[in-house]
Amino acid sequence: MDTFVQQLINGLNIGAIYALIALGYTMVYGILRLINFAHGDIYMVGAFAGYFIALKLGLGPSWGGLLFVLIGSMVVAALVGMAMERLAYRPVRKYARMTSLITAIGVSLLLENLFVALFGGQGRGFPQLINDTNFALFGNAAISKSQILIFAVSIALMVILQWIIFKTKVGTAMRAVSFNLNSAKLMGINTDAIIMFTFALGSALAAAGGVLTAQYSPTIDPLMGITTGLKAFVAAVLGGIGNIPGAVLGGLLIGVAETMVVGYGSNIGIQSTYRDAVAFAILILVLLIRPSGILGTTVQEKV
Amino acid sequence: MKRILIALTLITAVFASATCTRRGGNCADPGGTIKIGVYGDLTGQTSSFGQSTKNGSQMAADEINAAGGINGRQVQLIHEDDQGEPGKAATVVTKLINQDQVRALIGEVASSNSLAAAPHAQEAKVPMISPSSTNPKVTQVGDYIFRVCFIDPFQGEVMAKFAANSLKAKKAAILFDSNSDYSKGLVQFFKAAFTKLGGEIVTEKAYAQRDRDFTGQLTAIRDLKPDVIYVPGYYQEVGVIAKQTKQLGITAPLLGGDGWDSPQLWDLGGDSLNGSFISNHYSVDDPTPVIQDFVKRFKAKYNGTAPDALAALGYDAMMVLADSIKRANGTECAALRNAIATTRDFKGITGIISLNEERNAVKSAVVLELRNKQFVYKETIAP
Repeated sequence: MDTFVQQLINGLNIGAIYALIALGYTMVYGILRLINFAHGDIYMVGAFAGYFIALKLGLGPSWGGLLFVLIGSMVVAALVGMAMERLAYRPVRKYARMTSLITAIGVSLLLENLFVALFGGQGRGFPQLINDTNFALFGNAAISKSQILIFAVSIALMVILQWIIFKTKVGTAMRAVSFNLNSAKLMGINTDAIIMFTFALGSALAAAGGVLTAQYSPTIDPLMGITTGLKAFVAAVLGGIGNIPGAVLGGLLIGVAETMVVGYGSNIGIQSTYRDAVAFAILILVLLIRPSGILGTTVQEKV
Repeated sequence: MKRILIALTLITAVFASATCTRRGGNCADPGGTIKIGVYGDLTGQTSSFGQSTKNGSQMAADEINAAGGINGRQVQLIHEDDQGEPGKAATVVTKLINQDQVRALIGEVASSNSLAAAPHAQEAKVPMISPSSTNPKVTQVGDYIFRVCFIDPFQGEVMAKFAANSLKAKKAAILFDSNSDYSKGLVQFFKAAFTKLGGEIVTEKAYAQRDRDFTGQLTAIRDLKPDVIYVPGYYQEVGVIAKQTKQLGITAPLLGGDGWDSPQLWDLGGDSLNGSFISNHYSVDDPTPVIQDFVKRFKAKYNGTAPDALAALGYDAMMVLADSIKRANGTECAALRNAIATTRDFKGITGIISLNEERNAVKSAVVLELRNKQFVYKETIAP
C-alpha cells in the first residue's frame, strides 16, 4: 500500500508539471485554434532563465531566492512568449491556419538550435534553491520538500489562473476572444493585446514548470522541452483541448499513468522504458472513443 | 533541352570527380604530414567525454610534434563532432575517411557510437583505435578495430567482486540505460559475476536516455531493500538518479562504471553522490610519478583542468598509434594494422598496454569512492 501511495505521489508530481505546460497549449488553442508547438521550448527557456538568474546572483538554498528565481524566470518567459507571438505568429495570422502551425514548428526548431548554439547541448546542473529533505507519511511512503513545492506552487498558479480568467476584466476579454474573435473585436476589445496576454500567461506557467522540475531533477539542456512538451500536448488533448480544467486533469492522468507503468508494468510484461509509449497509447484510445477529450465539448457546426 | 543536357553533364562530372577522391583500396602511404581523425561528442549530452578525448589526444600529438614528429613526420589531428549520436558518428567518420583521407582514427567513447562508426573504418581499411569504448562487440567488428582500455566483462566483474567481497553485499538491484550497449553489456557481466559469488539480483529496472524522472523505478527498488544498487549508466542520468535516490530515502550505495567519470557529475548529483563507488581506468590521485607528471602537464596546458580517465585514454590511444606508425615505418594500411596489433608492454598513463588476439587491452582497473566532489582511490583489481 505504501508503495502504491509513493508511486501515486511520484506520478502526480510529474503530472503537475505536465498540467502547468498543458495549460499554455490549451489557452492558446482556445483563442487562436493554434497548436503552439514551440510551447515546450518555452518551458526550456524558462528553466534556462531561472538557471542564469540563480547563477548570476549566486543564490543558495533559501525560500526568498527560490521565489525570486521563479518570478524572474516567469517574467523572462512571458516576454519571450510575447515576442514570439508578435514576431512569428501575428504576421501570419491572416493566412490559413496551416501556415501558423508550420511557423510554430519553425519557432520550436529555432529556439532549440539557438540554445544549442549559444550554450551547447550538454546538460547543466541547476543550482539547488531548497535543502531537499524527506517527510515520512506512513510505512515507506515519504514526500520530499521539492515534491511538496511542486504541488503547492502549481495549485497556487492554477487558482490564480482561474481567478484571472473568471474574475478579471482581461479574463472576460479572453473568454470573449475565444468565443469569437471577430465579434470580440466589434465589441471594442483590443484582440491583439489579449492574444499577446494569453501567450504571456501560458509562457509564464511553463517557465514555472521548468524551474520546479529543475529543483526535483537538477539538470537542464536545450532539448529538454521536446518530450515534456509533447506529453503536455497529449495531456491537453486528452483533457479536451481548449478546456482549462481538462488540461490539468489530462496532465495528472498522464503523469500517474506513466509512473504506474514504470512501477508495476513489469508485472504484466511491460518494460519500464515504455512509459512514453503509454502516454501516446492513451491519447490514441481517447481519440478513438471520445475525440473531443475527457472534458471537451463537441461544437456543433451550423450549416 | 540543350541547356538541361549541359547541366546534367556538369552534375555528373561533379559527382564523378567527388567519387574519384574516395580511397577504394588506396592503402599506400601518401607521405608528408600524417593526418589522424579524432571523433567524439563535443556538444551533445555526453560532451565532456568527447572534450576530454580531444584534449588528451591533442596533447599527445603536440608533444610528439614538439619532439620532432614520428620518424621526422609531423602529425595533424582533425577533430570532428558527432554530438553523441550513432548516426552522426557514422557520418563524420565517413567524412574523415573520404574527404580528409585520414590514415587512422581515434574514437569514440560511447560504445554505441563506436559500433556505428567501426564498420566504415573496417571497410576502408583505416585502423581505428577506440580510447575508451568498453563493450566487447566494438573490436569484433573487424581486424582494423582496436582499443586501449579493458572491456566490460572485466569491468562488470570488478564491481561484482568489490560489492560481494569488500562491501559484503548479498542483494543487488540494477538500474540501467536501455539505449546504451555499454550499459546493457555491463549489466550482463555484473549479473553473471555477482550471482557466481553467491549474491542475488533482486530486480532489474530500465530507463531511457534523456529521462529526467526515475522515482518510479527507484520506489520499486526501495521495496526490495537491496544492499547495493548497480547503475552502469552515463553521468547525465546518473547525477539525477543519485539525487532522487536520496529523496526517496534510499541509503544503499550506488555502484557504477567509467561512464560516471565527468566533472559535470558533481553539478548534477552533488552531495547525494557521496558513498557511491565506480570502477575506472586510472586514478588522478595515483602517486606514481608517470601519472603525476602527466596530470601536471595536462593541467598546465588546459587551465588547471584535471585529466579524467577519458583524457588519459585519449592520450594513450594517440601514443600507441604513434608508436605503431614508428614501428611500421609509415602508414601503409596493412603494415600499420599489424604494428598496432603487435603492441606489447607499451607503458601508457593508464597502465601497461598489451593488445591480445581480440585487439583489446588487458589492464587492471581501479575502484574509486565518491566523496565530497572527489573520486577517491580505493583499490586496484588486477585482471
